[in-house]
Amino acid sequence: MACIEAHGLRKAFGAKVALDGIDLQVEEGRIIGLIGPNGAGKTTALNAILGLTPYQGQLKVLGREPWTDRDRLMCDVCFISDVAVLPRWIQVSQALDYVAGVHPRFDRAKAESFLAKTTIHRTSKVRELSKGMVAQLHLALIMAIDAKLLVLDEPTLGLDILYRKQFYDSLLNDYFDRSRTILLTTHQVEEIEHVLTDVVFINRGRIVFNRSIEDMESRYLEVSVRPEQLAAARALKPIYEREVLGRSILLFDHVDRQQLTALGEVRTAGIADLFVAIIGNQNSQGAAR
Amino acid sequence: MNIQTDAVSSLEGNVAVPVVIPGSRRFYWSVRRELWENRSLYLAPLAVAALFLAAFLIGHHPRAHVHMDLSFHSMQRQRPDVFQQPYTIAALLLMGTTFVVAVFYCLEALYGERRDRSILFWKSLPVSDMTTVLAKATIPILILPLITFAIVLVTQSIMLLLSSAVMLARGQNVAELWSHLPLWQMSLMLFFHMVAIHGLWYAPFYGWLLLISAWARRAPFLWAVLPPVVVGVIEKIAFNTSHFAALLGYRFGGNSDVEFTGGPMTMGVLTASDVVRFFTDPSLWTGLALTAVFLAAAIRLRRYREPM
Repeated sequence: MACIEAHGLRKAFGAKVALDGIDLQVEEGRIIGLIGPNGAGKTTALNAILGLTPYQGQLKVLGREPWTDRDRLMCDVCFISDVAVLPRWIQVSQALDYVAGVHPRFDRAKAESFLAKTTIHRTSKVRELSKGMVAQLHLALIMAIDAKLLVLDEPTLGLDILYRKQFYDSLLNDYFDRSRTILLTTHQVEEIEHVLTDVVFINRGRIVFNRSIEDMESRYLEVSVRPEQLAAARALKPIYEREVLGRSILLFDHVDRQQLTALGEVRTAGIADLFVAIIGNQNSQGAAR
Repeated sequence: MNIQTDAVSSLEGNVAVPVVIPGSRRFYWSVRRELWENRSLYLAPLAVAALFLAAFLIGHHPRAHVHMDLSFHSMQRQRPDVFQQPYTIAALLLMGTTFVVAVFYCLEALYGERRDRSILFWKSLPVSDMTTVLAKATIPILILPLITFAIVLVTQSIMLLLSSAVMLARGQNVAELWSHLPLWQMSLMLFFHMVAIHGLWYAPFYGWLLLISAWARRAPFLWAVLPPVVVGVIEKIAFNTSHFAALLGYRFGGNSDVEFTGGPMTMGVLTASDVVRFFTDPSLWTGLALTAVFLAAAIRLRRYREPM
């Protein structure tokens, strides 16, 4: 059974279409980055998956319909939707008590051991913690839950780079195993590149790119082309071209590496490069129309 | 053999991580959560009780001696329930405090979690909207009346002990004071009044406030107050009647059909027929039905509403 299965998922707010027929299948044990420009529909898609918003079309998460079955789904799904949603009045120990009280898969000892690695006191209230500490606390609560799917929507927004790095390190080292699935969105694409197994680009409510990282790395190559080779390089139909410090950098899909080496310096395209190429192309086409 | 060990290990697994959490446990933690967040639910009545006791103590001060004696003698000549007067005032003061606290609690209950976005945290846990809203409704309908009952009872007991101590010190007869205070009757009456009037009879108010709290995007207080005012004004202009205002007044002022001996707001004597009359009054049950409708709407709204 796939972890998430969506067919023709649609959602409109009045006249504005947020999700325009999304088909998505996410298998167990993957770490998927859902990446898109502001207003592309990322958060709406995640909210539909989490049962926070009604939708049209078919959607199954772990075999359940999120909108009608949210409370039961939340036994197997965890999410951090935005940083700093922990109630500001709650004490650390109360947060532990409460989650232990209502969640069947919460392991309090595990949460305590995560917290022991931080400087967070049991008697502190959330309002007294720094933003980074609140994120640590939330992550400690979430990682102590033996869930099948973890959804993270901009979980590190506004945190400094030390906390961000630590956040993803603990996620990978202390939490992720092959039986869990993680779905996350962020604008700091470079920082999660090494974490992901799959990349999904979303633009204007549609999925425009959906590949595994291995697939992506074997297909897309970037070449810093020598000026004299530019015409030859363009003949190979690059999917995107940009200029950096006076040199043209061309992005190729499915072109033989040997062939490209003759044109200039070749390197694997990163997620950010691909994102700019694919979304940039689409948006300029859209503008031309 | 294998089956047996499997069974044992799965049993141990169940002990370590209980797979099923009964709904009652989730409800219990949801109510506790409310008490953590809203400490004013018990701190406000406690503060009022402390202030009242301080004032009561000052009234017993030797400097107020002459006045006290005078009033005590005049008391003896009047009806015996004059003895009860300060006790009734204490109870009324605390009930008023509770009502105000309940109103503000209800308006904030489903609005605050959307304003500070913490609804996203609460919804990430396996607690249904129904459990959450019902737990929040339990606070004004059941928990607050019980808290108030306990605080009033303790306050009145302290008052009685203080009075007795002062009277003993002056060599007055304590027995008379005690004989004029039907303690058991008073606390029984108080208990019934809290649960019946402040809980059940006022329940539609709380349901309405919770509904507005779940619905409003801003200014829930205005949204809660304005519609009834507008309805009343329109009725007055269009038909020159004030049935709606009278209905609200009737609901707020307590049920006159259930007027206990000496009126609903005093510490009269509770009889079995009072209780029967209260619970067989159709307007109690229409009120409760209305409360159920309001709460069902609030549950549905909480499901749809996103943080602001």
